Amino acid sequence: MSRARVTRNRAGDSAVVRIALIGTALVLAVLLFGAPLAMVFSRAFALGARVYAEKIGDPFTLHAIWLTVLTSLVVLPINTGFGLAAAWAITRHDFPGKRLLTTLIELPVSISPIVAGVAYLFLYGALGLFGPLLGELGWRIMFTVPAIFLVSLFVTSPYVARELITVMQSQGSDEDQAAISLGAGGFATFMRVTLPNIRWALFHGVVLCNARVMGEFGAVSVVSGKIRGVTETLPLHIEVLFNDYNATGAFAAASILALLALVTLVLKTISEWRLSRDG
Amino acid sequence: MKTRRGRIMPGFGLSMGVTLSYLTLIVLIPIAALLWKAGDAGWPALWEGISSPRAVGTYRLTIGTALAATAFNAVGGFLLAWVLARYQFPGRRLLDAVVDLPFALPTAVAGIALSAIFAPTGWAGALLEPAGLKVAYAPAGIAVAMAFTSIPFVIRSLQPVLEDLESEVEEAAFTLGASGAAVFARVVFPAVLPAFLSGCALAFSRALGEYGAIIFIAGNIPGETEVTTLLTYIRLEEFDYPGAAGLAVAMLAMSFVTLFVVNALQLWRLRREGRR
Repeated sequence: MSRARVTRNRAGDSAVVRIALIGTALVLAVLLFGAPLAMVFSRAFALGARVYAEKIGDPFTLHAIWLTVLTSLVVLPINTGFGLAAAWAITRHDFPGKRLLTTLIELPVSISPIVAGVAYLFLYGALGLFGPLLGELGWRIMFTVPAIFLVSLFVTSPYVARELITVMQSQGSDEDQAAISLGAGGFATFMRVTLPNIRWALFHGVVLCNARVMGEFGAVSVVSGKIRGVTETLPLHIEVLFNDYNATGAFAAASILALLALVTLVLKTISEWRLSRDG
Repeated sequence: MKTRRGRIMPGFGLSMGVTLSYLTLIVLIPIAALLWKAGDAGWPALWEGISSPRAVGTYRLTIGTALAATAFNAVGGFLLAWVLARYQFPGRRLLDAVVDLPFALPTAVAGIALSAIFAPTGWAGALLEPAGLKVAYAPAGIAVAMAFTSIPFVIRSLQPVLEDLESEVEEAAFTLGASGAAVFARVVFPAVLPAFLSGCALAFSRALGEYGAIIFIAGNIPGETEVTTLLTYIRLEEFDYPGAAGLAVAMLAMSFVTLFVVNALQLWRLRREGRR
């Protein structure tokens, strides 16, 4: 009697409830997360590995892969720099309007990618705010590769920043202050004290940012013009193949991004594990 | 002390300068351009874009399906967060990693996969269609796509709060003779309610703005399965810029409302935690 009391001292601790809930959760997870992944790979390989290799080797698919990788190579360093600057300003200094600034940094997360695309079109398009000026200079941004970079910068700008802000806030600035008061310069302190402390949070943020950059669809689809072999990123290419009734090609291209998602989850788990272990 | 700390840390000018210029250039000016263009179109043209019967039809569908998806995620997300936070079992770590799949998987990939699953010949479609349940190319499919892309918001908002709950109050309630259900309903649930609601609000907001996952499964029939993001895209392709501007401003307004709600919920939580 008293033993039963001891083991069942929190809500949902009874064996029946526990097993039922865990079982339902696992079934839900398999249906919700397992099925889409399995579908991507089973359809990609439906006609065999040779057809799969052919579909991946298609010049337009290869170009789309390259453009997606290039976009990530351009966007990640810039948004990492922004994230570091924003986190340093917000967590290491006091100033009025801090809450407002944090909200502004997070703003792109709540804005639909389509709205982001429309905003960039209204800024750089021929009839946009900067359009006439760019036209006089003979420059075009809309429906070119730089437009893809710009809108990707917008959509993914919060990812590294908010990760670093959370971690640097909870770590506090004691170690940085100690280094400064012992006479280290600002840059040396940042490189040798701050950065080692936040490296796993930084890695975590960069991994998430990369997944979002490589997968962005709505915003890129507005500003890219979807020119085959020129401004078609991998997600856009999947749409084109799918609408062309080339389902195997679409799923083959999708399998690369699904693989990217799996790698992302692994790296994310590793960095979260390191974060909880050594901060 | 506070001001001294502000002075002791270097790099304020540089980091603040970089942050503000970048935000202005990448985020604020484009949003300003959207509002400027909307104002430039003139109120009658803008209102026509916002309130045309076709636009209103998309709001009704988008909000309805987003509510259905959020209701599903509220239950499913709570279950997953609860199981992850409370129990130890084989595969827990894997489950913990996998619930973030919707954040890692590009929406276009999710879209074609879900559409293949729920197509009449697909794994789920072959079972559901004979039973009279049409998911692909129907509003239900839109709700499924929204639910998939936004469920991690509920899980990740709830899970840390559930993990941090201290067991003493629950133990005390049990000692006083409360049943498990009563302890859940009157001790646990109220404690996690703000986090739960803000997770639901984030998921709802994400569902409203979703595009990539939806267009593959929706069928995209005007007036039947056309969501607001898609109509905005169509207006752009028709070069109906005032129409697109109106819809974009309407969606932006919805984003600001959810942002406000989420911030209010967070304040509520902070105030509560401060009181404890």
